[in-house]
Amino acid sequence: MVENGIGASLRRKEDNRFLTGKGNYTDDINRPGQTHAYLLRSPHAHATINSINISAANSAPGVVAVFVGQDLLDDAVGGLVCGASVTGKGGEVNKAPPRNVLTIDKARFVGDPIAVVIAETLAQAKDGAELIAVDYTELPSVVSTSGADQPGAPQLHEECPDNVALDWELGDKAAVDAAFASAAKTASVRLINNRMVTNPMEPRAAVGEYNSGTDEITLYVTSQNPHVHRLVMSAFMNIAPEHKFRVVAPDVGGGFGSKIFTYNEEAICAWAAKKINRPVKWTADRSEAFLCDAHGRDHVSTAEMAMDADGKFLAMRVSSQANMGAYLQLFSIAIPTLFHGFLLAGQYTTPAIYLEMRSVMTNTAPVDAARGAGRPEATYLLERLVDVAALEMGLDPAEIRRRNFIKAEQMPYQTPVVQCYDSGDYDASLDKALANADYDGFAARRAEAKGRGKLRGIGLSAYIEACGVAPSAAVGSLGVGVGLWESAQVRFNPTGGVTVFTGTHSHGQGHETAFAQLVTERLGVPVENVEVVHGDTDKGQFGMGTYGSRSLPVGGVAIANACDKIIAKGKKIAAHCLEAAEDDIDFAEGNFTVAGTDKTMNIAEVAFTAYVPHNYPEGVEPGLDEIAFFDPLNFSFPAGTHVCEVEVDPDTGTLEIVNYTAVDDFGVLVNPMIVEGQVHGGLAHGIGQALLEGCVYDDDSGQLITGSFQDYCMPRADNLPSFNVDYSPTIPIHNPLGVKGCGEAGAIAAPPAVINAIVNALGIKHLDMPATPEKVWRAAQAAG
Amino acid sequence: MYNFNFHAASSLDDAVAKLGAAEDGTVMAGGQTLIPVLKQRLANPTDVVDLSGIAELSGISASGNGVTIGAMTTHAAVANSSDVPAALRAVAEGIGDPQVRNRGTLGGSIANNDPAADYPAALLGLGATITTNQREIAADDFFTGLFETALTDGEIIKSVTFPNATKAAYAKFPSPASRYAMVGVFVAQAADGVRVAVTGATDCAHRGPKLEAALSANWSPDALDGITIPPDHLNSDIHGSAEYRANLVIVMAKRAVAAAG
Amino acid sequence: MPTVSMTVNGKSVSGEVEARTLLVQFLRENLNLTGTHVGCDTSQCGACVVHVNGDSMKSCTMLAVQANGADVTTIEGLAKGGEMHPMQQAFQDNHGLQCGFCTPGMVMSAIDLVAKNPNPDEATIRSELEGNICRCTGYHNIVKAVQQAAKTMGG
Repeated sequence: MVENGIGASLRRKEDNRFLTGKGNYTDDINRPGQTHAYLLRSPHAHATINSINISAANSAPGVVAVFVGQDLLDDAVGGLVCGASVTGKGGEVNKAPPRNVLTIDKARFVGDPIAVVIAETLAQAKDGAELIAVDYTELPSVVSTSGADQPGAPQLHEECPDNVALDWELGDKAAVDAAFASAAKTASVRLINNRMVTNPMEPRAAVGEYNSGTDEITLYVTSQNPHVHRLVMSAFMNIAPEHKFRVVAPDVGGGFGSKIFTYNEEAICAWAAKKINRPVKWTADRSEAFLCDAHGRDHVSTAEMAMDADGKFLAMRVSSQANMGAYLQLFSIAIPTLFHGFLLAGQYTTPAIYLEMRSVMTNTAPVDAARGAGRPEATYLLERLVDVAALEMGLDPAEIRRRNFIKAEQMPYQTPVVQCYDSGDYDASLDKALANADYDGFAARRAEAKGRGKLRGIGLSAYIEACGVAPSAAVGSLGVGVGLWESAQVRFNPTGGVTVFTGTHSHGQGHETAFAQLVTERLGVPVENVEVVHGDTDKGQFGMGTYGSRSLPVGGVAIANACDKIIAKGKKIAAHCLEAAEDDIDFAEGNFTVAGTDKTMNIAEVAFTAYVPHNYPEGVEPGLDEIAFFDPLNFSFPAGTHVCEVEVDPDTGTLEIVNYTAVDDFGVLVNPMIVEGQVHGGLAHGIGQALLEGCVYDDDSGQLITGSFQDYCMPRADNLPSFNVDYSPTIPIHNPLGVKGCGEAGAIAAPPAVINAIVNALGIKHLDMPATPEKVWRAAQAAG
Repeated sequence: MYNFNFHAASSLDDAVAKLGAAEDGTVMAGGQTLIPVLKQRLANPTDVVDLSGIAELSGISASGNGVTIGAMTTHAAVANSSDVPAALRAVAEGIGDPQVRNRGTLGGSIANNDPAADYPAALLGLGATITTNQREIAADDFFTGLFETALTDGEIIKSVTFPNATKAAYAKFPSPASRYAMVGVFVAQAADGVRVAVTGATDCAHRGPKLEAALSANWSPDALDGITIPPDHLNSDIHGSAEYRANLVIVMAKRAVAAAG
Repeated sequence: MPTVSMTVNGKSVSGEVEARTLLVQFLRENLNLTGTHVGCDTSQCGACVVHVNGDSMKSCTMLAVQANGADVTTIEGLAKGGEMHPMQQAFQDNHGLQCGFCTPGMVMSAIDLVAKNPNPDEATIRSELEGNICRCTGYHNIVKAVQQAAKTMGG
């Protein structure tokens, strides 16, 4: 048994620097001769730009340069791209309206950048920006998801008639319609999945620097995937060739999806640094983050279920519209389609499913992946619909779920919506969740609460997600423009320490600790002798980054595979040194041993020998340094059941989550402490969406109303309970480590659990998120 | 933030003089509202006169008739003072967050007169008197409108005197994001009668005559049953409509009466 | 430009600053104490919390000139002789941080919280952390950390 290997709740290595103020975030970086960039942004939701006069700004004190969109075009800088193309109805690929780094012809949302002012100080850059005169002709705007494609709606892009970017469908419509025609019962619900502002606590930032001696650009940036940042900026934006372009993402203060994408400001810092031959720094303030970071969710849907007389699901039909915002962001078009539609079977055997999804453009910030990315939308829709179905059938919500669950013995299970689940025992997680939540005792608690004038409700959510998107060939065939493998390099240093390079990049998930534990488990090296390196394109090999709960199920396996190559080579060296046949060498807990003998050699000695190959096997290369790329055969499918219990004050509509129980199946846990933390954080995100958070634009003016923490309600400590977290693992057949992703589960599972509990408390059919006090109060009044 | 000249005033007279000499000067108390406003470039004063060094403006003194609190006394100091009656401590304890309470001041809060601020309700509810460098002003005459007060140019608040009440309490319903009062109701029963003050509901904190009449007749939450507040002039935003605020005024008033005992 | 002098983490420091310079800018830019962070522009997130004369305050909502003569402690000043402060240790022991960005402000607020509430219950901890927003942890482990630190700091 290796100490501090898989299964140990090891304290995190990275905490030492974070807790003592020695973290190194992008805004902490300052380069000699640095200038500061400030972006002038459109105050209008939709306007024609007639002219931009920068002359006064150019001569303002401290101003070094002012650039507009044409300046970048003149330098052949390409626009921002959507890296996915999805084929919709009639074989038509989604529209991809172009987006310049600085918009030239029109402003299409409040915050759309028009010009950049670069000055000696940030204050001078802001002063300069105030002197830019932009002549706009304001145009009518549309911000609403359901209104975007209506007749007469203002048109954003010539390329998108009726503001429709894509009409997509999935499933067998005829079979679904037939099932509905003959169903004993049907249930339906129309619901909104509210727009979220992702809001990692670290605002985005970038520092560009140019070395005229080597003609190399370095970009320090808040990125979840520095190699992808470099790839996009190199291949599509022409900032610099990859081999002359270093992207460094140092410590990243949360991302939750919003730091996957390549943004205007980052490209500007990299390009302008060369243009003016001085470092250029930009840091978003929170107001800019609200305006310009990619938002998440924003669907309007109608979902229907057809059932037989016993409540067995026969077919599901969904018609949805998703808001893409003003431009397609990096993965945006894939989110409401592939990442949403493929999860609509949930944990159920529903044999026929049909989804129509229309993606529309509006005068709002772009919408893209945000913690869960399509899967929270699918789960919310499905788990709400299942509760409405239970209501229609007069069945307990737990019972209707049991009747429709895919059974453990049916695994692997091919759903009608592409995915083939490889593991899971949904009855087991439901049973455990109900027991942990004392579901049976709820009636008594409800009666007791009623005596105090409170309305108590309980809600379930049986969710499944698909993470570690794979395999690359399948991803490519669906239109996503990248491979979703991961890479690792495991390098023994001559004196026995191990440096691990991973293509993933932690932004809070504790990779430096958990990945070190993997290596310790695999190679038997003390965990303190293992250092994980990530976030720098000049240090590690190409990698795809961290999102979609992929780092452990994909990146972790790459590390393990690289370790296995180390062991394989080490066996050759040890066999030579121990004068035994390679096949007779066993490796365990860091030692190569000749089977059946006490002749042994520690891996550190093997490493030293590999670098000082005086007594060395013929035909074996010196060094002990191995790279592995892992392309998984299938997604990983975490799942579970969550139970939420709430108490509502009917006089004010305020509510308290009095109990929240999570039972999740994440397979093998490498560091249970970190996993539990990921669950907590996901739950806060999901509960935030259900109760507090909602991004609101003014329908008439298109202005962002929730533009700061004063109006956008972030979950705070007193909004949340302590959580009751437990596990019900099954082992995935496709993952060599037996692991599944865990970072998004809470955000996926929580919204329907919370809303189902509120609806249960109030005795109503549905209530849209966020369930604000006023909404709950009105529903409570109406319900009497 | 635009730049400005900064002056640390050593006395009230010094502050008045510096303010008078400035082209477009402003007084800074705790700065918990002013600094965010300056950061957003929503104000552009030529001079900022900081009052925090003026010892005479801070402190709490209780007498048989009530308590006098210096304008520069922080919310935290008020919340933690045994000389301050419980209802007033609770008001201070509910303002902002602990860090804001460690800097924000009584004088700064009432001079700003945010429509959702807590202190105005307490001053109106207790019938407080505001003492400035020029005069005394009754709370009833002080809060004149949206971010408007009776203060004139060059007039600086020195202290506020709160008379004792027999019973008093404050009930606040915070707006979910800002934590300012969506509705806050302060109720008090004193020798000269019942006073009820409401903040958050309209453009300026105000007395509630209908509620006062009902509670004068019967000091009990039930006395407010059946009273409805017309929503016509109430505030409305994405967090709470006028109708919702109208409901909260009654619910919070009842809770305040219940808490006052 | 005004000159400010103050004690930061036990050391006397001074510098010339524009009047509009925030305390957090002075700490980060003049003193290179980048452990104190800026996470919002409306005084709500608390990533910038430091101690000024012993009380926790938001250094983004205070001018550097207002701290003239003050005794300031930042996250960098907590560990003594290579030993973490009990609150720092408790955050590590209880996994009370993930990305680490809100952490310095959270720890500074939590220390003040325990100084003023030596035996805080869960509700008190949650309500007294109103001025600090964390997006990663869901606060569960932060609450546990403060509870542990309250014991060790008291004992």
